[in-house]
Amino acid sequence: MVIEKTSIAGTLESSDIMITIAPGEDGISIDLTSTVEKQFGRQIRSEIEGALREIGVTGAKVTAVDKGALDCAIRARVRAAAYRAAGEKNFPWGGAGHESAS
Amino acid sequence: MSQLRRTMLYVPGNNAGMIRDAGIYSADCIMFDLEDSVAPSEKDGARFLVYEALTCLEYPGKELLVRVNALESEYGPEDLEAIVRTGKAVIRLPKTESAQDVLDCEREIARIEKSAGLAPGSTKMMAAVETAAGVLSAREIAAASKRLVGIAIGAEDYVTDLKTSRSPEGIELYFGRSMVLLAARAAGIDALDTVFSDINDEEGFRREVAYIKQLGFDGKSVINPRQIQPVHDIFTPTQEEIQRSIAVIEALEDAKSKGMGVASLNGKMVDKPIEDRARRVLSFARAVGALGREE
Repeated sequence: MVIEKTSIAGTLESSDIMITIAPGEDGISIDLTSTVEKQFGRQIRSEIEGALREIGVTGAKVTAVDKGALDCAIRARVRAAAYRAAGEKNFPWGGAGHESAS
Repeated sequence: MSQLRRTMLYVPGNNAGMIRDAGIYSADCIMFDLEDSVAPSEKDGARFLVYEALTCLEYPGKELLVRVNALESEYGPEDLEAIVRTGKAVIRLPKTESAQDVLDCEREIARIEKSAGLAPGSTKMMAAVETAAGVLSAREIAAASKRLVGIAIGAEDYVTDLKTSRSPEGIELYFGRSMVLLAARAAGIDALDTVFSDINDEEGFRREVAYIKQLGFDGKSVINPRQIQPVHDIFTPTQEEIQRSIAVIEALEDAKSKGMGVASLNGKMVDKPIEDRARRVLSFARAVGALGREE
């Protein structure tokens, strides 16, 4: 999946994360601001990068402002931002009967 | 006793904090909303968020529902694709106006179940009537699919459609509520009442809950956690009701042991409807933990 424009998903409300994704050529760069950066900064970065690689994004500039989001909320916001930025709509939903989305 | 549905807590589908916290409250059911509470520009974001929550978070003891967008909208088909595949939620239909609406949605659900490797028929549905046409078709809607576990009335759109507004007494909703209730009972499914919007009017809320319980509803949609306990208080049988029901059952068993065909209690005959009501009270009391140790 190719990031073609800058897109945003998520909010700055408690328990959420705002993800901004822009085109990038040299891998995935993540600029993170988090209320829990000391304890969970590495985990949040890993979650963002993992969510992007899972949908085939290899180049992107990510700006993340975290307000204590759970991992599942991070994944959801990264996916929403990436799909908007790539102009794609059909997410390969996995679910109970399948392996997770890839 | 089947699934309790005294309270169904609305949770806006794009609110990460409320989705995270929804499980800590005592509502019997949680309904994640992808429809009216989500702005068109955030439909995709909410869908991702609710899908991830259903896939990754645990809500022990709760029945989970997702109100999807209408199948004919640009969001509805993708909502179904995502939510059905989780295998975790009842699909709550928005604005149901005919049995065909239920059948159209069921056909899509069946297709997705097959494609996802889920057991056929495993995804349940709940319909909601919110218009005059929907109320008049309530009987056909409630009987349209074996997947239906309940039918709800949505009052705000309904009273607007009637060209009136909601009153504290709810006289404008009497016919609609009655239709939905009768349709549910005839089909053997649950009847769920509409929301009460003024969360600061606890007295009015309690009055309405007592009223819809007396009509026969199984529960009520709630929009704030503060509304949960009052509903549970009102729906829990009183000790007097429980003791009376126990006495009815004891009188029946006593008559049976003596070979008598008819039982009586305090000089009154105990017939089948009285027995049925007593058993239902005790079954409900047991389900909500209101029975003492002797039971």
